[in-house]
Amino acid sequence: MRFMLLFSRQGKLRLQKWYTATAERDKKKMVRELMQIVLARKPKMCSFLEWRDLKIVYKRYASLYFCCAIEEQDNELITLEVIHRFVELLDKYFGSVCELDIIFNFEKAYFILDEFLMGGEIQDTSKKSVLKAIEQADLLQEEDESPRSVLEEMGLA
Amino acid sequence: MSDVVEKTLTALPGLLSLDSQPGSNKLSSSSKLGNLIRGITELTSKHEEEKLIQRELTSIKEQVSSPNTSMRQMKELMVRAIYCEMLGYEASFSYIHAIKLAQQGTAREKRVGYLAVSLFLNESHELLLLLVNTVLKDLQSTNLIEVCMALTVVGQIFPKDMIPAILPLVEEKLNHPKEIIRRKAVLALYKFYLIAPNQVQHIHNKFRKALCDKDPGVMTASLHIYLQLIEENPEGYKDLTTSFVTILKQVVGGKLPMDFNYHSVPAPWLQIQLLRILCLLGKNDQSTSEIMYEVLDESLRRAEINHNITYAILFECVKCIYTIHPKSELLEKAAKCIGNFVLSPKINLKYLGLKALTYVVQQDPKLALQHQMTIIECLDHPDLIIKRETLELLFRITNAQNVTVIVDKMLEFLRINKDDYTTIDLVGKVAELAEKYAPDNEWFIETMSTVFSVGGDTMQPDIPNSFLKLLSEGFDSVEEDRKLRLFAVDSYVSLLQGEPGKLPQRFLQVISWVLGEYSCLRADLEVDTVLRLLAKLLDMKTTSSETKSWRAQELQHLSQDPELRARVLPRHTGLEPLEVDSSLSFLDGFVSEALAAGAAPYKPRHQRQEELAQAKALSLEPYGLSLPLSMSSCSITDRQSPTLLSISSGLSGNSNDLSHKGGSSSLRLDGVKRVWGREGYLAQREPAEESAHVEVPSALRSPSQQGGADGSHSQTPTQTPTPEPELEKQQLASSLFVGLGSHSSVCLMGKSEPTPQRFRRKARSPASSSGASENISHSLVSPPITGLAAANGSCDEELPDSDVKGSSPSLIGDDALVAADPAPREEPPKDLLLSSYLPAELSGLSHSEITPLSSDQSLDLSACHVQKEGDLVLVVFIYNSSDSDVQQILLQLDSEELEVSCECDGAVGGARGHSVAVCQYSLSVKRPSVHVELVGTVSYQFPAGTPQSGQFSYKLPLSSFIRPLTLSTEEYGTMWLDFSHDTKQNLTLISDDPEPLAASLSVLKKKLQLHVVEIIGMEGIVACRLLQDQPCLMHCRLHAGTLAVWLRSPVPDLPDCLMYFCQRALQEH
Repeated sequence: MRFMLLFSRQGKLRLQKWYTATAERDKKKMVRELMQIVLARKPKMCSFLEWRDLKIVYKRYASLYFCCAIEEQDNELITLEVIHRFVELLDKYFGSVCELDIIFNFEKAYFILDEFLMGGEIQDTSKKSVLKAIEQADLLQEEDESPRSVLEEMGLA
Repeated sequence: MSDVVEKTLTALPGLLSLDSQPGSNKLSSSSKLGNLIRGITELTSKHEEEKLIQRELTSIKEQVSSPNTSMRQMKELMVRAIYCEMLGYEASFSYIHAIKLAQQGTAREKRVGYLAVSLFLNESHELLLLLVNTVLKDLQSTNLIEVCMALTVVGQIFPKDMIPAILPLVEEKLNHPKEIIRRKAVLALYKFYLIAPNQVQHIHNKFRKALCDKDPGVMTASLHIYLQLIEENPEGYKDLTTSFVTILKQVVGGKLPMDFNYHSVPAPWLQIQLLRILCLLGKNDQSTSEIMYEVLDESLRRAEINHNITYAILFECVKCIYTIHPKSELLEKAAKCIGNFVLSPKINLKYLGLKALTYVVQQDPKLALQHQMTIIECLDHPDLIIKRETLELLFRITNAQNVTVIVDKMLEFLRINKDDYTTIDLVGKVAELAEKYAPDNEWFIETMSTVFSVGGDTMQPDIPNSFLKLLSEGFDSVEEDRKLRLFAVDSYVSLLQGEPGKLPQRFLQVISWVLGEYSCLRADLEVDTVLRLLAKLLDMKTTSSETKSWRAQELQHLSQDPELRARVLPRHTGLEPLEVDSSLSFLDGFVSEALAAGAAPYKPRHQRQEELAQAKALSLEPYGLSLPLSMSSCSITDRQSPTLLSISSGLSGNSNDLSHKGGSSSLRLDGVKRVWGREGYLAQREPAEESAHVEVPSALRSPSQQGGADGSHSQTPTQTPTPEPELEKQQLASSLFVGLGSHSSVCLMGKSEPTPQRFRRKARSPASSSGASENISHSLVSPPITGLAAANGSCDEELPDSDVKGSSPSLIGDDALVAADPAPREEPPKDLLLSSYLPAELSGLSHSEITPLSSDQSLDLSACHVQKEGDLVLVVFIYNSSDSDVQQILLQLDSEELEVSCECDGAVGGARGHSVAVCQYSLSVKRPSVHVELVGTVSYQFPAGTPQSGQFSYKLPLSSFIRPLTLSTEEYGTMWLDFSHDTKQNLTLISDDPEPLAASLSVLKKKLQLHVVEIIGMEGIVACRLLQDQPCLMHCRLHAGTLAVWLRSPVPDLPDCLMYFCQRALQEH
């Protein structure tokens, strides 16, 4: 996978993950172009696109578009399921996820994505173990911060 | 105080979220990030947003650089900075702080720090170096989470050069007790392998261990690496086939823990990965394929639930079955499976069905026939993506009989398509089909005109180039060439008389060139008219300088007649200086700029096509030699030798009954026309063809074609009456799928005719791709010598081709051989006789065939080139066929690619009647090109007479300039690294030899005079030089049954050219 984008129906970018080195300027251009193309497509249309030298696989969940760029020889259908599995993971983690969860906790969404995909390849196909890893990391953070007092946090200690 | 309150508020949500459920955004929305996000959503204009974000960024910047900011606050600031960057605003000041956070923060802060780093920076960013120590430290941490984070960031971005620093630690993790760590380590190594393969070569054994890991997750992760490795070298991993098959069997049989199920399908990702690997291993290998038949059958059988994921597996299965050594039983099942895709009402599955069909159709054209109605429906699908994929499928089944219909459909699509990338691709395909299968001259010229108009200036430059090359080199019939050119001239003159302002620059360039070269063919066309038209173009403001220079060149060409020149020059000097930089050096700046900006360096057409063919190798020739070809006119070899593509272009008109006057409408006389009853693009250009009245002789049509065309024609009447739209579809089907089922299948839509072979052109060696500006009279490289009068423009036309016969007894000896056929191509080989005039010092060396250059009533010029060890000598023989002496013979040679030096300064002196004068030139290459060309003029005078002159050209392959370069392996090593120009390609291996590498190299050595430095196992290194001493090094390696060749040289284009010759040498073997 070359990259994954999440954007809203209004064309706001919500998440972007690039798995190959791309210049900042190109990224912006590609995101803009791709959003335009995908948003212009009608609901009954094919979820796959040929765009530049890439294959685009996208799917809409409520107001959010999930969009992946893959290589010519990759399997489009399984990419659709990658998207779906990611949505399942988000859903399980946030508890019936909505766009707002992802907007306000985008860093968490990134953590989940990183646990699920690494270097553009599926890292863990088991939903349970992805979530376990995330929870463990979350838990560790909690232990980590419990010794701090509220005052310390407020910079008064 | 408010500051304190604010801080409290900031800290609260984080603290509260400790015991709250994740996902309650109400809490987070009261954080600073929340405020920012809500602030933005309330804004109405982009401008306001910009102001708000700038304010935000200023405040973040202030805080991050303040020494009082705690790491915890820093973490929060980073999240906000990430958010701003996501909205498209730069926050580069925060990058360094992200690294610091990863370095100094506690686990929670570190996590955000690493995330920020991986989002902010990319692999080449210099700040990344600062991260190396942090990663090193975390890799050694006893805290598992920290190790995980470090591995994750390493798998995301890591500076290539620093890999060795952490490699041992990552390798060590392969033995870690925790599977999650092992898995991440494997994936990190995979990433290293992708960005720096040679750094991880030594750990192949460890990958094997990962493959055998008891944890399925780790094993799955290792497959990524194996897929990559096997793709590069399938031979090296054949022994693992059984293991992969066993794993797949277990997975399919449901032996994995339930955790790995996805929608009750066992580990689909793993299955697909394994299928892809098996596909690579079984390709062209019967015994390996046999190992996997059973499990493939099992996979097909088990994938029965109606869910996307099963279709994903099925698709991969089908691809695998059609790629490996075929087994009829499996093929049958796979074909049925493709049917399910194609017939599915779900559009995504339909798309994949088309894709699968495209993949298999060359092997199994029957399948396309089976689904022809669906294909036709898809052709009119409202979704352009489906349409596009259908065209791709049709492209694969194009033959001489359906080409007009398919090209029509493609052009129709091109007119509505907006995407440049698709346009470029499709325009190339149309041009390829037109060259290959054109039924007649008119269709070809018209189709190419549409290609040039629609393709505009974005299209690949090799399309116009090869088109012009086709025109200039011609085919096997002089008469046909003339007609084609005439038609082009007529058609372009009309176009220019219309609205040339609308035509793209590239097209105008083509038009100018053609008019410049060939307008003289049209006797009734006033040179003046053409000049006026061209001059009008010069005047146009929109014309680019490149086009202008083309045009000026053609004007110049036209006006070489001194009388005309006198008339033209004063008129045009004000508009455009006639000095023409024919090397287009004024573009050098542009080219180097483009290169600097990352543009791919120019690759000659033959190489690009070869690369393309290889990139698409999977889909184009998956069945290699294992199956008989099912389509006669679209054979695999076509694609493998793109340089020979033009051979098959059926330009040599078979359009006997088409009166040209009717233009486009008469082009489609048979059933095709009724189906495609639009007037379309051709109609619009009809005025352009009005002026043309070319009669095409009927005798040229070959019987087989006649049969073919009649066949397609006769199909329509066989239809039973059907409702109107249905009938239309069926007719369309019959015109689309004609000639497809010729072998075994029953054609559904009427009887099928065997596809006639359309290869009517004689085989001729491909010429250089420099194309357009060439003033080729004939290709001297190809053994049979073609005429030179035709293409040499106005000058030669005037020269009567009279009696060589009557006046040349002494030299030639046999009168009959010199036979005064007006067509010079009939001239006999004079080699033997002329070669006796070779200078003594050259006579022992090998020389090329002696080829005629030009001849008029008194002088016959011929030439050959002689390969000396350190030199290439061109010998020009001037035979005075007249009775009187000729004086002051002056030869002038010039070339864009060559340096020409002459001992005699071009002054030959005189030649007595019926004697031969010889002139020698030493040639060296200035600018490599596959074929290099010399143009020359000869002028002379009879004692009592006016000065005479004539033009000629001589072409020779670059390979004549290649000499062995003797050096040692060490010298080779040092030189290799110094050379900046390179090219890589996989070439055909001489496989019928027990030592394929040695055999292939010895062929190269023999044919191209390369020096084989050393053969080491599977690799060989070879060196040569281009005269005088421009080195080119070759490294080759056995790879997947091909010879992977890598050429390097300090000279631009030299590797490309040499690659071309290597390819030819091996193919011809």
